[in-house]
Amino acid sequence: MLENKEYKVIGTRPIRHDGVDKVTGRALYGADFQAAGLLHGRVLRSPHAHAHIISIDTSRAEALPGVKGVVTAKDLPNPGDKIADLGEGAVNLKHLCDNILASDKVLYKGHAVAAVAATNPHIAEEACTLIDVEYEVLPPVLEVRQAMESDAPILHDTIRTTSLGETGDEPSNVASHIQHKLGDPEKGFAEADVIIEREFVTGTVHQGYIEPHNATAHYNADGQLTIWCSTQGAFTVREQVAEILQYPISKIKVVPMEIGGGFGGKISVYIKPVAALLAKKTGKPVKVLMNRADVFEGTGPTPASYIRVKMGATKAGKLTAAQAYLAFEAGAYPGSPVGPGAMCIFAPYNIENVIIDGYDVVVNKPKTAPYRAPGAPNAAFGSETVVDEIAEKLGIDPLEIRLLNAAKEGDRRADGPVHPRIGCIETVEAAKAHPHYTAPNGKKHHGRGVASGYWFNIGLESSVTINVNSDGTINLIEGSTDIGGTRASIAMQAAEVLGIPAESVNPSVVDTNSVGYTAVTGGSRTTYATGYAAYEAAQDVKQQMIARAAKLWEVDAANVQFADGEFSSINGKEEQISFRDLCARLGETGGPIVGSGTVNPGGAGGAYATHVVDVVVDEETGKVDILRYTAVQDAGKAIHPSYVEGQIQGGAVQGIGWALNEEYIYNAEGEMTNASFLDYRMPTCLDLPMIDAVIVEVPNPGHPYGVRGVGEVPIVPPMAAIANAIYDAIGIRMTELPMSPDRLLKAMGKI
Amino acid sequence: MQDFSYIAAKTIPEAVALLDEKGESARILAGGTDLIVQVREARRDVDWMIDIKSIPEVNVLDYNAATGLTLGAAVECYKIYADDAICDAYPSLIDATKIIGGTAIQGRAGVGGNLCNASPAADGIPPLIVLNASCVIAGPNGEREVPAEDFCTAPGQTVLAKGEMLVSMKIPVPASNSSSYYLRFIPRNEMDIAVVGAGAAVTLDAAQETIISARIALAAVAPTPLFAEEASALLAGQEVSDEAINAAAAAAQAIARPISDMRGTAEQRTHLVGVLTRRALNGAIQRVREAT
Repeated sequence: MLENKEYKVIGTRPIRHDGVDKVTGRALYGADFQAAGLLHGRVLRSPHAHAHIISIDTSRAEALPGVKGVVTAKDLPNPGDKIADLGEGAVNLKHLCDNILASDKVLYKGHAVAAVAATNPHIAEEACTLIDVEYEVLPPVLEVRQAMESDAPILHDTIRTTSLGETGDEPSNVASHIQHKLGDPEKGFAEADVIIEREFVTGTVHQGYIEPHNATAHYNADGQLTIWCSTQGAFTVREQVAEILQYPISKIKVVPMEIGGGFGGKISVYIKPVAALLAKKTGKPVKVLMNRADVFEGTGPTPASYIRVKMGATKAGKLTAAQAYLAFEAGAYPGSPVGPGAMCIFAPYNIENVIIDGYDVVVNKPKTAPYRAPGAPNAAFGSETVVDEIAEKLGIDPLEIRLLNAAKEGDRRADGPVHPRIGCIETVEAAKAHPHYTAPNGKKHHGRGVASGYWFNIGLESSVTINVNSDGTINLIEGSTDIGGTRASIAMQAAEVLGIPAESVNPSVVDTNSVGYTAVTGGSRTTYATGYAAYEAAQDVKQQMIARAAKLWEVDAANVQFADGEFSSINGKEEQISFRDLCARLGETGGPIVGSGTVNPGGAGGAYATHVVDVVVDEETGKVDILRYTAVQDAGKAIHPSYVEGQIQGGAVQGIGWALNEEYIYNAEGEMTNASFLDYRMPTCLDLPMIDAVIVEVPNPGHPYGVRGVGEVPIVPPMAAIANAIYDAIGIRMTELPMSPDRLLKAMGKI
Repeated sequence: MQDFSYIAAKTIPEAVALLDEKGESARILAGGTDLIVQVREARRDVDWMIDIKSIPEVNVLDYNAATGLTLGAAVECYKIYADDAICDAYPSLIDATKIIGGTAIQGRAGVGGNLCNASPAADGIPPLIVLNASCVIAGPNGEREVPAEDFCTAPGQTVLAKGEMLVSMKIPVPASNSSSYYLRFIPRNEMDIAVVGAGAAVTLDAAQETIISARIALAAVAPTPLFAEEASALLAGQEVSDEAINAAAAAAQAIARPISDMRGTAEQRTHLVGVLTRRALNGAIQRVREAT
């Protein structure tokens, strides 16, 4: 196992390479993109949540002066029944295309039905009002349990439930049913002295990235398509656009601009293929920007869900059995994160007898998209509340019961995998020892709650190229969109290998023609996998440099060693040269050095978090204020601790929003009534205390420096931790998210 | 965003003539923090924006301990709360001006615009009502005055007739042993529209034990901000007590006619009217007592 060791660069806090441009406003985002002859695109969206499209007449829009082109689903290649392979699983191509521009049905309010390119955005907007769409309005299905009823309106005539290998005969809104089973749950519950079973409901929530989606597309005369955009992964944009447009990937170049947040929501494409269609139709570059309402109504949030959790324990606090029923809203097309939710739900515990059922259900809401540890927060809200209640019934400290049952290396998760070295116990122990947990908590209406969470993290492909400069610096070429300081954390891993300061690395995030294949910035994989590729590329550089030193000294390469930025001869001749000085002599020793590293690592280490929160409840208004928040997390090895802390704080804050006020609010017609940051209530800095981020380091054996992904798990515990704190404050178990003031007033019997 | 024409009027008669000529297609532009957003989001159709910020009368901010406050229709929030004498005399107005938007918005937005926008949830209107403000209106037939509680007629609708504009609000000198308080309930601590707002002004006797008179106003519980006249009258002559305050709060709840929407439910709002009325009254009473 890796030891926790001291490094020269890793673990320090250098200024990020992209920082100056960002704080001075010079960094270029997608909306900043300009080109000669640029046209402006605007998407017309469905006013109905569920309707057949009878006809679309674009003639009045086309006649408006300044309009250069109008497109509808008819401009997309007919997908037929093809299945698209997008690397992360097969996707029905018709569903993929219909979500870009609806062909036969609109399935949510905000569903794109047509788009216009015009000489300015105002004309494009006006032209959209001149497109005549005839709809046959259908009743909407807005809630997962309603959608599962046998008499519910059906969204897709073609969907049949696949359940444990069998496919149903009748059309259904239930796309799939999965099950994980471990041991003998019936026996486990029979052994329990206390059994708690509760049901939970969570709302639809959005990632809330500050920068809306944007895309500019242009076709060269030779058919080369270039797309400049905000994305978490230029290569996945290339793949999706290639599938949707049925166009070769070799003819598509995607240029990732700076990104103003994604959190999983900037992986799926929405307006990028539309910009391409408009560019093709007009022969001009076309820029399409979303506004905030477009983002809420036309992009993927994370699903609402209905969850039942049943857990049993002995008097001594040993968990004997656990059962979960997870029904997730996929939105308009199948593909909710119920799978990951089912994988993560009981992962902080070693429980011998488990059964988990998961249902993926379509409803008339936007197709859901990933959002930070997709599925796991919904699931943990249920399981971590039930664990708290069991601890209370048994009179055991809630962190103690977690320690009694904590998952550790060698334990099996209910969905199959056996845990490698993990840091579950360490995060609970650190929370228990933290001054926050030991501080007094006795005031009226004040409460303290805790919860743990798990996210498995992923590996996937990354490529890095390093060009060595004659002044002792390196240019590091990567394909990972920088979210949260990854230029720095990747550069630091190369710097560590080469014994140079982080400032001597110039990292660049480049387009799909300029670097090897790199998967998305997602799954908490970037510092882990692209950092791993940077490590490999730097090792490649190091080996080539050793060969150059050997040549210079006329010794065998085996007799050259490299340590602390110095090459030296270890056998016979006493020679020494610094990395920097050797860089100046590349020309005379054989020419430039380019190092490369490509990885597809299988050793992504799972991450655990344990959070402690204090709240105060205003009993008259139902308002909950967060007084103190401590988030403990196993980072494996924190490459740049500031950005690890930033991820922990950001995840906790988004969890606080999800817990207290964030939700899509719908009227009976299926219209979202709060599609703005005014009424979709994300927390502001005035709603938050400083989040105390505590980094625990249990090195991941699957990475040369022990890195674990850190970006996602911090959003898993907050909802349950806050619910448990509210219970501690007022003695009421909140089982519905968000725990907004009106719901608290109802639960307290005040209204 | 639609195209529109912009005119900066220099005098009241010029603005009135333009409004009279353009009718429904014209709208007064002061801070623009409501209007420009509405036009951008296609929620209001405007062909003519008549900027009044160059007209002297709408920029008057004059407080005189003998005559009271004249608050021009275009005076920005930040100027109001920067004036210590106004802060002392009309604390509920200050409570509102400090929570209308953030600092940047307060540099543009004014109470006059808040009034003319006639949102049921406007934070600026309940203080005007409890402080007995009178709205000075100029129009083709000269000037008239309307009490603040009568100014709004429906969501987004006011008593302003064709060609009329708000020039200023006049607030009388506060009585001795009086003070006022405004608060709203929002689920966050900023960046929200009131789920419910409540303002109260009280005048106590010299011993500060008995309420001589009180005025209570509510926001976001009816199509317009409400003057809770009966609830206010209940307090006159009462000793300061929880019973008296609870009775007034219950009477205020009785006139609330809230709807359920994305900001809150009707039941929640009715409940909050009681909570906020009590808090506003207690806040105002405490201010009277702390001032001496």
